[in-house]
Amino acid sequence: MHSFTTLPAAPGVGYKPQHYAEILAGAGPIGWLEIHAENYMGDGGRPLAQLRALAERFPISVHGVGLSIGGEGRLDAEHLARLKHLVGWLNPASFSEHLAWSTHDSAFLNDLLPLPYTNATLDRVVAHVDEVQDTLGRQMLLENPSSYLAFSESTWDEPDFLREIARRTGCGLLLDVNNVFVSATNLGFTPQAYIDGFALDQVGEIHLGGHDEDEDDHGAPLLIDSHGREVADPVWALLSHTLVRSGPKPLLIEWDTDVPAWPVLAEEARRAEEALARLAVAA
Amino acid sequence: MSQQAFHHALLDPARPVPDGLTDGAGHPAGRRYAVYRNNVAVSLTEALITGFPACAALLGADNMSRIAGRFLRQHPPASPLMIHWGAAFPAFLDGLDGLGRLPFLSDVARLELALRRAYHAADATPVAPNALLSIPEDRLGLARLRLAPSVQIVKSRWPVAEIRAFALGLGAAPTSGAQEIAVLRPDYDPEPHVLPPQGHAFLAALQANMPLGAAVTQCGPGFDPAPCLALLLGHGAITEILTCPG
Repeated sequence: MHSFTTLPAAPGVGYKPQHYAEILAGAGPIGWLEIHAENYMGDGGRPLAQLRALAERFPISVHGVGLSIGGEGRLDAEHLARLKHLVGWLNPASFSEHLAWSTHDSAFLNDLLPLPYTNATLDRVVAHVDEVQDTLGRQMLLENPSSYLAFSESTWDEPDFLREIARRTGCGLLLDVNNVFVSATNLGFTPQAYIDGFALDQVGEIHLGGHDEDEDDHGAPLLIDSHGREVADPVWALLSHTLVRSGPKPLLIEWDTDVPAWPVLAEEARRAEEALARLAVAA
Repeated sequence: MSQQAFHHALLDPARPVPDGLTDGAGHPAGRRYAVYRNNVAVSLTEALITGFPACAALLGADNMSRIAGRFLRQHPPASPLMIHWGAAFPAFLDGLDGLGRLPFLSDVARLELALRRAYHAADATPVAPNALLSIPEDRLGLARLRLAPSVQIVKSRWPVAEIRAFALGLGAAPTSGAQEIAVLRPDYDPEPHVLPPQGHAFLAALQANMPLGAAVTQCGPGFDPAPCLALLLGHGAITEILTCPG
C-alpha cells in the first residue's frame, strides 16, 4: 500500500460508494478522499475492499462521527479500540472528530449535539482528546460544530475555546466554514470575525457543505446543516476570506443526504480548486 | 445543564425544552431545540429504513415512520456502529399489535438483517467447487465443513424471500408457502437462496461444527444433502473441509 502521509492542499470529497467506479475511472480535481470511520468497522465485504483499493490511489482522511468527545461520561473504550484498529491498518493521512457529544448512558443518538463552552467542558474535552491521541498514537483534528442554539452558561467564545483545546492537547483543528456560516446566522455573530479569531495556523483541513434555510419562533433565519445540496455562495465567499488568511489548505466537499450523481459533486470540487487557484494567482 | 436533561427531552417531545438554552440573543431557544429532536429522530428513522427497505416498503412511509419512532426510543443504538443497529427490530415487530395484515413482517426483517450481516461479514477464501469429490467416501461422514462467516440462515412459515423480492419490485407476487433460506455471498453481494425442506437444520448443524454424517442424520430419514452441498460449493460458502477426526 502507498503511504500518503499528509492531505494535499487540494479538493477532496466525502466518499460515497455509489461513486466508486467513476472515482477510479478519473477523479478530476479530487486529490484525496474522506470516509466516515464508523462505516468501515464491519468485519469485511465490499466496504473494506473498496477502501483498500481507494487507499492505493488516494490519501484518505478518516472522519469519526461517533466518539462523543464532548460526552460527560468516559470515552467508549470499545469504540476507541475499533478506531485504533482502523487507523492502524489504513494509516490514513488524517484523523478527525467533532467538538460535540452523541452518546449518553450508552445510547448513541446519531447526531452531533452541542456543548456549553465552560471551563468544566474544556477540561473534559482536553482529557478526551489526550486519550484519543495517546491511544491512536497520532495527532487528531477537532472540528467546530454547527449550532442552532447557545448555552447561557457558556463563558468562552468558540474560536478561543478551540484554540485553547489545541494549545493544551497539541491537536489540530478542522475548520468547517459552512458550520461557521450556519452558526453565525443562527446565533447572530459575524462569520468573518469568527474566522479572524480562529487559530488558522492549527487548521489541517477545511470542510464545505450545503445547508437548508428555515425560521425560528420569531421569524429569524435558522439555517440547518443538512449536507444535502450545493455549497451556498456566501460560504464560498467566506472560504475565500479564510484562505487569504490561512494559505492553501485541503478542502473537503461534504454531501451526505440526497447524494447527487458524480458530475455534480465533481463540479463542487472544481469550484474548490478554483478557490485555491485564485489564491495562488494572488500570492 | 446536564447532558442527561438535554438527552431526556430529545427523545420525549412532551417534555419542555430544557432551561439555559437560548437563541444567542438571550431569548429561549424554543423550536431551535427541536432541530436536534428532529435530527435524532430523522437520522435514526432513515437508518432503519436503509437497513430494512422491504419492511419499509410493505409498511408504507407513514407506518414505517411511526413504528421507527417507537423502536428508536425503546432500542436506541447501543454503539456508534449504525451498520449493526436494528438487531432487535424483528422481535420488536413480533410484539406490536396491529400488524395483522402483515403477519410475515418480522420474518422479512429477519431476512433483511441476515442480508446485512452477510454484507459486512469477514471475507474468506472458499474451497474448490469439487473439493468434496477428493474425500474418500468412508471418511466423508466424519468430515467437518467450515462455512464462510457470511453464511446466514433464516426459516419462516412464510415465503419471505419472495415477499421481500416482491416488496422491492424485484420479483412477482409470492405463491409458495413456508421457506428455509440460506443467504450466501460469493463475492460482495449477498443473495437469499431457498433451501429444500430440512436445509435450515442441515446448515445450522454444519455451522455448529457437526460432522457431515451426523448433520445429515439429524435431518431425518430421506434427507438428501446433495442439493444443499452443491449450493454451498457453487457459491463459495465452504471455506475448509476437515477430514482428520479429533
